[in-house]
Amino acid sequence: MTETPAGPLKRTPLYDLHRELGARLVPFAGYEMPVQYPTGILVEHNHTRTACGLFDVSHMGQVRLTAKPGQNAAKALETLVPGDIAGLQPGQQRYTQFTNDAGGILDDLMVTSTGDHLLVVVNAACKDADLAHMRKHLSATCEVEPMFSRGLLALQGPQASAVLSRLVPQVATMKFMTGAYVVIDGARCYVTRSGYTGGDGYEISTPAEQTDAIARKLLSHPEVKPIGLGARDSLRLEAGLCLYGHDIDTTTTPVEAVLLWSVGKERRVQGGFPGAATVQKQIAEGSSRKRVGLLPEGKAIAREGAEIVIGGKTVGIVTSGGFSPTMGRAIAMGYVERSQSANGTKVDLMVRGKPVPAEIVAMPFVKHAYYRG
Amino acid sequence: MADTRYTEEHEWIRVEGDVGTIGITQYAQEQLGDVVFVDVPAAGRKVAKGEACAVVESVKAASDIYAPATGEVVESNAALAETPGDVNAEPTGKGWFFKLKLADKGELDGLMDEAAYDAFVKSLG
Repeated sequence: MTETPAGPLKRTPLYDLHRELGARLVPFAGYEMPVQYPTGILVEHNHTRTACGLFDVSHMGQVRLTAKPGQNAAKALETLVPGDIAGLQPGQQRYTQFTNDAGGILDDLMVTSTGDHLLVVVNAACKDADLAHMRKHLSATCEVEPMFSRGLLALQGPQASAVLSRLVPQVATMKFMTGAYVVIDGARCYVTRSGYTGGDGYEISTPAEQTDAIARKLLSHPEVKPIGLGARDSLRLEAGLCLYGHDIDTTTTPVEAVLLWSVGKERRVQGGFPGAATVQKQIAEGSSRKRVGLLPEGKAIAREGAEIVIGGKTVGIVTSGGFSPTMGRAIAMGYVERSQSANGTKVDLMVRGKPVPAEIVAMPFVKHAYYRG
Repeated sequence: MADTRYTEEHEWIRVEGDVGTIGITQYAQEQLGDVVFVDVPAAGRKVAKGEACAVVESVKAASDIYAPATGEVVESNAALAETPGDVNAEPTGKGWFFKLKLADKGELDGLMDEAAYDAFVKSLG
């Protein structure tokens, strides 16, 4: 998780609710955020996998990009990201990354086209830098409007659709990675069928002042429990999803991170995003290292920073590691030299100076359960 | 009667004769959250007071457990391998970590008694 810069901690619109619910609040990306509620991370994790969890992700950065007259916001954003944004149909959402001139990842983000404008969601720890980056490069073509005070709720799990469709019937048939404006409790919200748990679910962008009421309404459904950042981390790790600042950063490219699926096919050829030359070279020749899944034997947990060793030689490093409540065992991901990255490769993970045998495996660890209609 | 002492690292040691049983406190297990793995020292290992000799892993993080006194490990809690959640459920009972044959019981004089430990925890806010 991301460390906190100095200065007073900010609060999301759900701060009072977190306190009422007995959350343990911790500094995270400059915010006071719930890491867990009294039931604990394991219960929260399992509840999200079997029923429905409500996450406060209001600390993330929401930004609206609207084309200036005669301009195209999607084309403009494509100058900063390798994803196919111009190809987004109204109501479609896509995952992409801001890259730097070396092809490194400045942040990863979700982009949704409403038809009229683009809605961008970036990581909390990067949002000020991302906003400055977009203002610098997109202000000539787009209105760049931060909506940092808005709420963002993630409703995740197999019961999420049943719950949310009681309030908004139309969300039942929405497909994964699509979005729509809806009205919840009289508030105009933007809902996408997405999330970061690997399961089915929604993210709901809410007006700041109505966020608390909407969260309470969702929690009034018996299937829904509040879930903290601790379980959010174990859920995304099981899903094989990258955490910015850990599994991806400015030193990793989308190719090394095995995020090439998120790079538009035409864009691989045509480039036109920062670091395109590096990314194209890695696509053609392969990168020297790549991100892999790691399944340790036994119960010891290899965490971020553990060296990955083969025959006494260091071949990589763990970038995320933890306990998978769904599998009841330790899991990890990390980077290894490409020549050693085949699934089935036996490695040792160095945990407190001792080798823990592990195997390179395909991800996700827990099968995705996205709703594709 | 057994005498229980506490460290500032939130370990407890319960002494009967010249053997001390060691675990972590209720406060420590609350701070750690769900425990998923405990690495306990093998019987026969000699440890010095203050030496890191066990590891407790919660969902969130790994934490070292320090020997509250010098001695030789005479038994470790093998059941924790299968039921690490005992540390959360009964930190001062079934969730014990290991037993130590004490080299010098005088070392325990520097540790806190229950009242002093309770006050210490309160002071942490």
